[in-house]
Amino acid sequence: MIIKTTYYGLISEITHCESEEIAFEGLAVSEFKTLLFEKYPLLKGTVFQLAQNNTILAEEATITNHEIALLPPFAGG
Amino acid sequence: MNRYSKHIILDKIGKSGQEKLSNAKVLVIGAGGLGCPVLQYIAAAGVGTIGIVDFDLVEASNLQRQILYGTKSLGKNKALEAKKHLENLNDEITIVAYPFRLEHKNALSLFSEYDIIVDGTDNFATRYLVNDAAIITNKPLVYGAIYKFEGQVTVFNYNNGASYRCLFPQENTQALNCSQIGVLGVLPGIIGTMQANEVLKLILEIGDVLSQKLLCYNALNCSMQIISYSKNEAAIAAVLNNKANFKHTVETATCLSSNEIEAETALALENTLFVDVREPHEEPKLHLDNLLAIPLHQLEDNIHKIDTTKRLLFFCASGVRSLQAIQLLKLDKNTETYSIKNGIKSLLKYIKNEKIES
Repeated sequence: MIIKTTYYGLISEITHCESEEIAFEGLAVSEFKTLLFEKYPLLKGTVFQLAQNNTILAEEATITNHEIALLPPFAGG
Repeated sequence: MNRYSKHIILDKIGKSGQEKLSNAKVLVIGAGGLGCPVLQYIAAAGVGTIGIVDFDLVEASNLQRQILYGTKSLGKNKALEAKKHLENLNDEITIVAYPFRLEHKNALSLFSEYDIIVDGTDNFATRYLVNDAAIITNKPLVYGAIYKFEGQVTVFNYNNGASYRCLFPQENTQALNCSQIGVLGVLPGIIGTMQANEVLKLILEIGDVLSQKLLCYNALNCSMQIISYSKNEAAIAAVLNNKANFKHTVETATCLSSNEIEAETALALENTLFVDVREPHEEPKLHLDNLLAIPLHQLEDNIHKIDTTKRLLFFCASGVRSLQAIQLLKLDKNTETYSIKNGIKSLLKYIKNEKIES
């Protein structure tokens, strides 16, 4: 399936885009992360949460929706 | 007309609501970009007791967004300056300034004096400290955070709801604070005002509190997305289990990671190769014989250029990308790799000026 992936904050600087379509033939969150890490090695050292359908995904969840967001924590104040 | 008449004529507030505001005690941690608008609006709204914690002094680069301060505030403590300004704004409320650093040893007693905590801090270590102290003292925590043109708002620990550790469990993150990177001046104004709104809703018990919902705002495209997250009971239990040791926790903000090295130490080492991982446009440049410049994103492709028999000393503007460089390269254990703490700024302190082209 094609997943519309949106990147926030620091993540969008690593990916050099705010959103893109990624072809993904798996189910597990871990598989999707592996795919992202292959595409963007710098993401490996970065903290972020994955959200699907506007809900943060648990590590053991499955990817069923075609829209995913990568959310890093922000420190600034 | 009464100072609060526009509140009082609202059905959802009325005289009783205004009394709730007057009886409320709110503690704001950090009187910077976020803290200033929070303080300004909750003081104007008549929150009866407001505490302000900030050890920092006003700098010229703060004035672009920290709207409680002016040119005359430069060099003065932020908590004390904010108190002075807010007392002029509203003389019917009590404002307490705490002109010192929030630490594990003082957080619990401070938090226990207030009903609601507001996080306006600028680093992860303090954010986890604020979160944990709010859990232990059982206070709702109104969180706001910013990065360049984006902001996040949520409320933690509300009616036994989720905490910061439920949303972001990992403590080792590398995002920078605003003193190291740019931020659009109006952004903390928007995010801080949203935090003030959550504070007022909590006190007035009206509307839907942003509990277990993270509001993500992008100033460039005006998008606002609300992301739901769940409570992680184990993460909260772990904080509560550590309650007895909390006060004795050593502050982590100043800890060096094993790969970090002070510039002075780095310059004293022999058989070294300095690697500048900044982008080509970043200044000032450093001129050393043993220097290689490879931007972080090109590092993997240029790994062959690095002489791994040398001690590798990575640096960037602040010491963040250089740490990433080490993680990225995953060099053989026989190669010594270091990230220079505080990057170029620190190096410049120890290198003679004639070598620098700014």
